[in-house]
Amino acid sequence: MLHYLIKRTLILLATLIVASLVVFITIEVVPGDPASYMLGLNAQEDTVAALRAELGLDKSRVARYFSWVGGLVTGDFGTSYTYRTPVADMIRDRMWISLPLAVFALLLSTLIAFPAGVFAASRRGGITDTTVMGLTQLGVAIPNFWFAMLLVLLFAIKLTWFSAGGFAGWDAGFFAAMKSLTLPAIALALPQASILTRVMRSSLLDVMNEDFMRTARAKGLSRRQALWKHALRNAMVPVLTIIGLQFSFLLAGAIIIENVFFLPGLGRLIFQSIASRDLIVVESVVMLLVLAVVLVTFAVDLAYAWVDPRLRSSR
Amino acid sequence: MKLRSLLPGAVLVLLFFSSALISYIWTPFDVTLIDIKSRFLAPDATHWLGTDHFGRDMLSMLMVGARTSIAVAFVAVGIGMLFGVPLGLAAAAHRGKFLDEAIMRGNDLVFAFPALLIAIMITAVYGPGALNAIIAIGIFNIPVFARLSRGAALSLWKRDFILAARAAGKGITRISFEHILPNITNLLIVQGTIQFSLGILAEAGLSFVGLGAQPPIPSWGRMLADSQTLIYTEPQLALFPGLAILLTVLGLNLLGDGLRDWLDPRLRRER
Repeated sequence: MLHYLIKRTLILLATLIVASLVVFITIEVVPGDPASYMLGLNAQEDTVAALRAELGLDKSRVARYFSWVGGLVTGDFGTSYTYRTPVADMIRDRMWISLPLAVFALLLSTLIAFPAGVFAASRRGGITDTTVMGLTQLGVAIPNFWFAMLLVLLFAIKLTWFSAGGFAGWDAGFFAAMKSLTLPAIALALPQASILTRVMRSSLLDVMNEDFMRTARAKGLSRRQALWKHALRNAMVPVLTIIGLQFSFLLAGAIIIENVFFLPGLGRLIFQSIASRDLIVVESVVMLLVLAVVLVTFAVDLAYAWVDPRLRSSR
Repeated sequence: MKLRSLLPGAVLVLLFFSSALISYIWTPFDVTLIDIKSRFLAPDATHWLGTDHFGRDMLSMLMVGARTSIAVAFVAVGIGMLFGVPLGLAAAAHRGKFLDEAIMRGNDLVFAFPALLIAIMITAVYGPGALNAIIAIGIFNIPVFARLSRGAALSLWKRDFILAARAAGKGITRISFEHILPNITNLLIVQGTIQFSLGILAEAGLSFVGLGAQPPIPSWGRMLADSQTLIYTEPQLALFPGLAILLTVLGLNLLGDGLRDWLDPRLRRER
């Protein structure tokens, strides 16, 4: 396990280094230089020169890369050009919306998918199975931002149970804050729940065909007992992977959903920064999201190796 | 049993592809025609799906929008296959060697950037547009096809007919293209259909947030974005573009499922 852990950690670090290079170089290739790009066409020359000095553009690219990465590591993400506040503070504020939203959606998706998948698998080929599978087809195909709009139409405009957008703030209390995240979380969770249901079902069906399941039945366990005691645990490996992958999709998907519900999270921050050409913010937020995705993948890999020791030796 | 999904899938896909094709020669109305007097019309005999806030005909907009969606998704899948398949084949042919490891690590790296983030970075630098959407979705398709072709090719390399080809003196590049590739085509077609549907969703999402095709090119995602601001007063505007995306993606997924079962009879009995 230790060998596996070291190898995985090295790969993690290498991925992050290359990712930071990709992000840095992409932003560097901005036509002209970042300073004049950020200030637009009509900028005064001395303003551009001042910004150049502030961004450290007079230093070499290598030096700038290392100072950027060094800043990321120590938590100093630079200062936003448009807001004139430290990027780290902006990210921290907005993370308290995006992260709970992603976790909430992941929770919902798991809570829907587990029973639905088990239910469909245990009644394979029956009418329940067909209905669940039909619904998942729809769930996978529906664009989540459109689903979000339909939710607003029904629950905010027609029934007025929820507000159509905005965030109550954590100061307003946990339930008020969670209430403003509920519709966005449902919109995010639905497609993921559909995918997870399918994975859960097919993974269970695979396991149920295994010899040890026949042995379990032969030893006198009922179908249900065998399912709960043996099949579920063994079916979890692929399900865990998908849950891990989904978290990164949810974080990224939140970018669009936050815009539908006017939630002041990381997603809206990215779009506002693109609109105001605030490259420092874009650079840092993108890198942060990549870090989140890479870390989750890393955690899933470890969980995987822990659940299934066979995976530690190979690759 | 799954063959049942082939027909509805094919019908839906055909419907949207043909409406996109027809839009090149004919649409009920000109999509650039702004007619404020007849805005927000309900569906009737003249405007089958009604009109939008500029009085433009919704059906015509949807038909031309289909063109944008299909074009972006098609080219993006093409990019993914063009780069991904050779990479996957090369990785499989050099299994366990440096090249294999390098290609697969590169794949992991791209996977670490969700497509949306790539798109955001590209648009932050080069500005929004359909071409940038294509590149962003295309880049994300590369590792999908690379992994798929590597996995499928690895099992083929162990087969006797490949051994025979090696014994006959063929090099690994020739074997990859003459013997491995034809045997994984079915898989590629099925995955291609799935990626196509994901591409349509991604394009719609990017256009929805204003990073995709720019006005005046109609696109389903932007039609939805326009309707979002009017959702309190004119909710029907949100209906048809959303349905168009849903049905196209559903059709492509059903077609993919159906094709997989049809092309691989071994799977018909399982699941």
